[in-house]
Amino acid sequence: MPKPKIATCSLAGCFGCHMSVLDIDERILKLAELVEFDKSPINDIKNFTGECLVGLIEGGCCNSENVEVLRSFRKNCKILISVGECAIMGGLPSMRNGIPLKECLDEAYLNGPSVVDGQIPNDPELPLILDRVYPCHEVVKIDYFLPGCPPRADLIWNALVALLTGQPADLPYEVIKYD
Amino acid sequence: MMKKVTIHPVTRVEGHGKVTIAIDEDGHVERTRLHIVEFRGFERFVQGRPYWEAPVVVQRLCGICPVSHHLAAAKACDVIVGVGPDGLSPTAEKMRRLMHYGQMLQSHALHFYHLCSPDLLFGFDSDVTKRSVLAVAAEYPELAVRGVLLRKYGQELIQATAGKKIHGTGAIPGGINKHLTVTERDHFLKDIDQMIAWSVASVELVKKVHSKNPAFFDSFGSFPSNHLSLVRKDGALDFYHGNIVAVDKDGNKILDQVDYANYLDYIGEAVRSWSYMKFPFIKSLGKANGWYRVGPLARLNTCDFIPSELAQKEFEIFRAYTGGKPNNFSLHYHWARMIEMLHSAEVIKSLLNDPDLMAGELVRTGKKVNEGVGLIEAPRGTLFHHYRINEQDQITMCNLIVSTTNNNDPMNKAVEVTAKQFLEGREVTEGLLNHIEVAIRAYDPCLSCATHALGQMALDVELVDAAGRRISRLTRGV
Ligand code: SF4
Repeated sequence: MPKPKIATCSLAGCFGCHMSVLDIDERILKLAELVEFDKSPINDIKNFTGECLVGLIEGGCCNSENVEVLRSFRKNCKILISVGECAIMGGLPSMRNGIPLKECLDEAYLNGPSVVDGQIPNDPELPLILDRVYPCHEVVKIDYFLPGCPPRADLIWNALVALLTGQPADLPYEVIKYD
Repeated sequence: MMKKVTIHPVTRVEGHGKVTIAIDEDGHVERTRLHIVEFRGFERFVQGRPYWEAPVVVQRLCGICPVSHHLAAAKACDVIVGVGPDGLSPTAEKMRRLMHYGQMLQSHALHFYHLCSPDLLFGFDSDVTKRSVLAVAAEYPELAVRGVLLRKYGQELIQATAGKKIHGTGAIPGGINKHLTVTERDHFLKDIDQMIAWSVASVELVKKVHSKNPAFFDSFGSFPSNHLSLVRKDGALDFYHGNIVAVDKDGNKILDQVDYANYLDYIGEAVRSWSYMKFPFIKSLGKANGWYRVGPLARLNTCDFIPSELAQKEFEIFRAYTGGKPNNFSLHYHWARMIEMLHSAEVIKSLLNDPDLMAGELVRTGKKVNEGVGLIEAPRGTLFHHYRINEQDQITMCNLIVSTTNNNDPMNKAVEVTAKQFLEGREVTEGLLNHIEVAIRAYDPCLSCATHALGQMALDVELVDAAGRRISRLTRGV
């Protein structure tokens, strides 16, 4: 029987959630035995090679590109999991949601004390920034949520093993944290 | 007819990037640009938050080296609470150093083993299926395990000092919030000699890769530049604290031990329309010539010695290779990085043997002021944090110049040089794309460690004619 496939991506996140996946340490080699990695920063696969069982999403959507990537994950993954506060609630990047985008741009590129002859970057090569940062479930249907900033390595590991082996997840209180 | 080559996205931690390359009708590379395409707005949205939140909040910029942001912000807050950079208790400073050198160890191990080793072991244009850490694990299992365990050791040190492996809370304005326990110390002491031995082996590995084809290794994506870093008062390499030193390509001092509290007198940032990442430069040299490199290569080019035995020996070999002059070879970042990893392991050992970690004053206070600057040498280079606050302790101004931003011009230069070396007059192939990646990757930029922390950067190269029609397209991992 072919191994189930797993895909991962980082949208508007800090990559801390991916780092937490790496914090399963030696178990990463075991994970490679349990699953085959499909489209993911972990390899060079260009496009989904077929339907994946699990897609792990880090980060919310802050620009149009994030939305596109998230939609393609929904299309190609049977189970989609929001990993971490950014994916679940927008996280820290969504602190800009109450502030007009222009004020944020002005502060960085015109008013910054080290800026010399500032200007607002504006080029066809730069993508469109969304009016606010959207959590993933506002864009597509999400099946599971793993909380934490980032979620503990043990939480990610236990949840994945449970999904992949069809066993109930063993998630003791201690591994579920919200910071 | 002008062709345009687009590499998109070059993914990252602080956002996503892409490369555009314009090629004229004779196949010459006319113009290259590394665009950083994500914008977050930290400088604005932390305004109104109390200053003591900064060390915890701002580290969410980057999950790969959060400790750097945590500590740079804490150092700025030390100034605000009137303790100042030299006023911490010995316990607080040493605990922070242990946290920071632990992070140096984990970040350098991650970059070298998880990200770059496939390029160095299998070749820059090896088969795509080979270019991942899992392929390294299949062929050189002992190397992959070494990388995983070095990183794990560093992450556990961070957990013991900061409370969490990622986004911890150990440093607070004026100090630190815990001691190291005897159990923790013994746990780390047990394995530290192994970490030192593995670090020595890592330096040897880079030297071995280099010795296979020194001419190619030296010339790949190389160019002369200025170099900048924090250096201890006596000229020693120091990742936690020091003054700003900058040298030019020949080693002449541009900035000599200047106090970083006055960084605005020396450093400016240019903005270009085509990138969300700014372009820092040394003001006295101007926008065109003032750009500089930061990170491991720059640090070894600006310091006079390394204050630990084994790393100092390796430093002497490193310096002798360029006759004592600054080393301007881009791929030598890897060599410098592994020497720094060795130094970190040695410093960790001496800190673990220091009783101050387990007892003593944790926090100090002083007379509050309304502004603070904190600088630190992050794994990827000099990191600037600067805050102003109001009477209510709310942040009113936040200025961040992150390590990867300092390397913005050099990374653009590296793309240009590599494109000219390998793309001129040739057809774009997958292997050539990886050459551009290898050049960017040497800088260990957050924009790339984002994705290729786990493997390869995603690339999308488009050949477009002058009218914007697509001629050909090659994608990978997009
Ligand atoms: S949830 Fe936390 S660790 Fe994960 S991407 Fe967001 S800020 Fe980073």
